[in-house]
Amino acid sequence: MSKTTPPSYRTAAAAGIASPCLQKSLHGLQDRFGKGAMEIWATMDDQEMRHRVKEARMNTFAHLDIILAELAQNVRARGGQVHFAATAQDAIDYTLAVAKRNKVKRVVKGKSMISAEINIDQALEAAGIEVVETDLGEYIIQLAGDKPSHIIAPCIHLDRNQIGALFADKLGIDYSNDPPTLTMAARKTLREKMLDAEMGLTGCNLACAETGHISLVSNEGNIRMATTMPPTLVALMGMERVVATLDEHREALHLLTRGAALQKLSTYVSFLGGPTSADDPDGPKEFHLVIIDNGRSKILADPEFREVLACIRCGACLNICPVYGKIGGHAYNSTYCGPIGAVVMPLLDGVNKHADLCKGETLCGACKDICPVENDLPRMLSALRHKLAYGNDRWNTKQHDPAEAYIFSFWKLLISSPFLYRSLLRLGRLFQRPFVKKNKMISKMAGLAGGWTTERDLPPLARRTFTELWKEKYLANRPTGTEGQKKEES
Amino acid sequence: MVKVFDRLSIPMAYPEGQTCCGQPAYNSGYRREAATAARHFIEVFEGAETIVCPSGSCVYMVRHHYPELFPDDPVMAKRARAIGARTFEFTEYLVDVLGITDVMAEHPGVVTYHDSCHLSRGLGIARQPRKLLANVRGLELIEMVDSDTCCGFGGTFSINYPEISVAMVDEKITNILATGADAVVGCDISCLMNILGRLSRRGEKVKVLHIAQVLAGVKGESR
Repeated sequence: MSKTTPPSYRTAAAAGIASPCLQKSLHGLQDRFGKGAMEIWATMDDQEMRHRVKEARMNTFAHLDIILAELAQNVRARGGQVHFAATAQDAIDYTLAVAKRNKVKRVVKGKSMISAEINIDQALEAAGIEVVETDLGEYIIQLAGDKPSHIIAPCIHLDRNQIGALFADKLGIDYSNDPPTLTMAARKTLREKMLDAEMGLTGCNLACAETGHISLVSNEGNIRMATTMPPTLVALMGMERVVATLDEHREALHLLTRGAALQKLSTYVSFLGGPTSADDPDGPKEFHLVIIDNGRSKILADPEFREVLACIRCGACLNICPVYGKIGGHAYNSTYCGPIGAVVMPLLDGVNKHADLCKGETLCGACKDICPVENDLPRMLSALRHKLAYGNDRWNTKQHDPAEAYIFSFWKLLISSPFLYRSLLRLGRLFQRPFVKKNKMISKMAGLAGGWTTERDLPPLARRTFTELWKEKYLANRPTGTEGQKKEES
Repeated sequence: MVKVFDRLSIPMAYPEGQTCCGQPAYNSGYRREAATAARHFIEVFEGAETIVCPSGSCVYMVRHHYPELFPDDPVMAKRARAIGARTFEFTEYLVDVLGITDVMAEHPGVVTYHDSCHLSRGLGIARQPRKLLANVRGLELIEMVDSDTCCGFGGTFSINYPEISVAMVDEKITNILATGADAVVGCDISCLMNILGRLSRRGEKVKVLHIAQVLAGVKGESR
């Protein structure tokens, strides 16, 4: 792990924009999956489902303590062990203790965002335990010593030539850029790793309180092996992954696989309800479910942001966001990227720390349209900017940019006074003259506005404002109806 | 807009006290400042029967965000809701309120249309401008790919993150150029300013027109 300071959002974004390989991948991804998901939502027979799932999620959150207790009770009744972890460290400590007790030397993982959120790989490795990702994309990332750049498609930033070179280097196979050949090479290595791993470690797409099981979706079958072959299984879940009933589970799963990959159902859905028993001999001997808070209670308690917990982590918002589509996931420099990351990272990990994520979008609303659970991410981005504008105690946020705040307080004076507003326009018209070029555009500006003209021109202020034109040209000869008069006076 | 309304004999007035709707402050998080702008707007326009604005994002601000700006002032919140209910975007007003889809305009040439985000996603206005354009004499509309993808303006975003903003507008320009149109038309001046600014820097010849400029056109008038 490199100790150097990560590049800023702007710098990393520029690097992503400059990479033809990334641009090609992102374009292909968005063209297929973003548009595909919108098409599915538009043509779904049951147009109420998305709204219904959202309602159910929000209802669950209103009774989350009771529903989590029910989940824990039902998992325990089947012989599973449940641990509630308040913090990332708590979850790590528990998992490490399980690993040590079982003398684990190797952990095989199913793809899990929360494992990345709590940085459990580093902790396991520091304890001398080998950690092997078994999802192909995550395995590639692990071999490359890289970071994921998409929630669902972690190595979207790499092409098959790069992956071929990586496999030739790390797996000692002959170079090939043929995807099936590369997949078979990974499969061979991973199967061997899975055969004698002592522990499986997964996330949790959904947990159902009513039945006391967790569900994991995958398309490679790796999760089925990682959860049934090793004698010990630890599943990590964010506490908001729970749904109350099997009905709610069915509909959430329906939206998840469609939003994520346009699939009616993923190739594999694993339902895990506990350890082996006399009448159910397949599976792990020990089953641990770690239910993790790590900042979620704080989100739950704030009505302004609670709905973000309804997210089912399908990644559809990444597949449509025009900003993500240009900069790629690495620019966000955080576990969760794209529009969902831009909202959830500041809330989990500090609003000031992730100020660029709060501010670095256009609020175009595409993420809101595509979200299977109708999360209003632009509204929440705007709310986060509100915290940054003035500072906020609840979210332990300091005023982000005092200079910007000063500009807006000056702006407030201007827009409250038509006289000042118009005077400044007149002044601007005068001062802009030396800057207007032959093509009647301004191509260089100083100070804060300089960002506009680095690669763009700006049309100058018009010689006559509309207010002046109105008085000179349009107001005369206008029938002076009472309605017109009334408005003129106001 | 004045030319179009005059041609259609729609009486209008222009309150000179108007300034800005407050959207730049709101989108940057400065809600107190945005509330001041909203209060000013409400005071200036409250006497009007109908307010028509040639900018989708300003209308979105008035209709959707004004009521949120007065959480502790029910009287102001009510005034905000009332003014939002009678504030309309230019093409929305013509097509949905007045039922007019032909404004007897003429504009020779091939154009393509950009769907601004707050206009199309926020207000659901996409069909109205196209209906109006379809009835302009001499005008041919060629749709671009991804006409509803953001142009990358985003208010202060365009100044704070110019690299991203320019990459986005470049994609928009690629799609505009692919149509072969000689002008791109839109309903929001801020998106158009962004597209124009980048077209100009790149030395492209495509013209940028607000829909009001197209609808104002009559026979023999060059623009």
